Amino acid sequence: MGMAIEVKDLVKYYGKFLALENVSFNVKKGEIFGFLGPNGAGKTTTQKILTGILKPSGGKVSILGYDIEKDPLLAKKFTGIVPDETNAYIELSAWDNLTLMGNLYGMPGKRLEERADELLKMFDLYQRRKDRVKGFSRGMKRRLLLAMGLIHEPDILFLDEPVSGLDVQSARLMRKVIMDLNQKGITIFLTTHNIEEANQMCHRVAIICKGKIAAIDRPESLKKTIKVTQSLEVAFDKPLENVEELKEIPGVEEVKTHGDKIRLFTSDPGHIIKPLVIYSQDKNLEFISLNTLGPSLEEVFVNLTEERRQDINEKQ
Amino acid sequence: MKSNKINLLLEQFKGSLVIAKKDMKIYYLKPPVLIFGVLFPMFLFLAFAVGREVPLETLVPGLVGITLFFTASTVVPLIMPWETRLRTLELLVSAPIGVQTILLGDILASFFFGIIISLIPLTVGFVFLGATIVNPLVLLLNIIISSFCFSSLGNIMSFPPTGEPSQIMMLSNLIRLPLIFISGIFVPLPQMPYWGKLIAPLSPLTYTTDLTRYSLGDISFYSVCINFLMLLLFTVLFLLAGFKLHSKTMPKRIQNL
Repeated sequence: MGMAIEVKDLVKYYGKFLALENVSFNVKKGEIFGFLGPNGAGKTTTQKILTGILKPSGGKVSILGYDIEKDPLLAKKFTGIVPDETNAYIELSAWDNLTLMGNLYGMPGKRLEERADELLKMFDLYQRRKDRVKGFSRGMKRRLLLAMGLIHEPDILFLDEPVSGLDVQSARLMRKVIMDLNQKGITIFLTTHNIEEANQMCHRVAIICKGKIAAIDRPESLKKTIKVTQSLEVAFDKPLENVEELKEIPGVEEVKTHGDKIRLFTSDPGHIIKPLVIYSQDKNLEFISLNTLGPSLEEVFVNLTEERRQDINEKQ
Repeated sequence: MKSNKINLLLEQFKGSLVIAKKDMKIYYLKPPVLIFGVLFPMFLFLAFAVGREVPLETLVPGLVGITLFFTASTVVPLIMPWETRLRTLELLVSAPIGVQTILLGDILASFFFGIIISLIPLTVGFVFLGATIVNPLVLLLNIIISSFCFSSLGNIMSFPPTGEPSQIMMLSNLIRLPLIFISGIFVPLPQMPYWGKLIAPLSPLTYTTDLTRYSLGDISFYSVCINFLMLLLFTVLFLLAGFKLHSKTMPKRIQNL
């Protein structure tokens, strides 16, 4: 499989501040690639360089083989971008916004009109196509932005926090559309804070912290890299009077409550199920649910970003 | 190779026209455009003309010159800060068009606005004041070149990478207002003091006013060729300076998005 995006030793300075330090990674064609990192880690800077919006201070970026610095106009023809902030033209109608973007990508008139119709219907905006975007809800604006990013049928789609601030229905629609687009062969570069979203959707993720890549791998492979104790998550039919009693079960190292659920951290979940059943019988409790949980991608993320912070602090 | 370059230039020019069309839809009716581009020059001119015995050959060229100058240079400085503030610039910069294509589109929108609005004082001049056009071709060329020249000047004014349109409008008025006093609008060039005649050639508006005066049958101060040549020279200078300055400040503007 060829590469959609190739990034080699990318460096970006803002004045004297080093925002990106030798960032290197590749994104395969047809992949959903998650780009994770805390605030100020360099996610947006990286994405702006990959989309030709910002110029790097050093390094090389290729989009489908085209150097973004040497052939920016060619490279940009293959990419679509959906920025994190709602920034369609609010004074224009949904239709005008779509055709504006299509025209900028040099789409022929008839094909552009067909494609605009198709996208407006796909994103449930067709009835409002003649209305000014000013009156649209946040969810509608995000859907329109996604449609604008897709109008020219790009090979690579850059999404920055695509479901941030959306209601449940809009977020689900957005996720479904992203997955469907990927099924059709579009490469997705997803910048997000939402670790669970990346875990569910991405084939591979890169974690960036303080301008440097901390890890790149499949989410499940990354989870295996850290030795976090596993846990049992249990929910009873009524609240416990004293949760701390559960610590007395042999093998339980820590107990935490998460809403109506209790998590028992242990290195051997299998061995604490039996004592837990006995405990529930003694206390006259019914199980509502019982799950074993491995380390989450969030734990990997926290672990790696914390390590990177410590490295920097030590150097300083 | 050569045909590739021509195709690329054509594509980019089409991009500029798309940007210009978008600007026309969004910015022509913005309050700052109407205030600084239409009302402000109108009231400035009325303050000069009402109650005074100003001869027709001074009144009409002055009215045309001041309108063209303000209208053509008002739309373009507003666009960049506005698009920076609303973060719509990011969409344009991510499209396969160059920064100069975007700027040329903005200049074209302002250029068309200048031409359309300048028809109003011309109509007033002919219908209500009884002026006549002796050299229509000179007048037409003058309006076209001057409008493009002033739009290019307006483009320079918006180079600071701010997202505050009011800051740019203040800056542009700071540059535009002194120019109208040295350009033969209120005092015809032959009647200007010696120092006035020395600094008048530094303003492109001087040549617009002089050409308008000539096309309405009066004698021009400079020759027609010199007037056109100077207008073209200013246009090229403003265009290139605007491209250069915006290219320098664009990274900072984008960084602030």
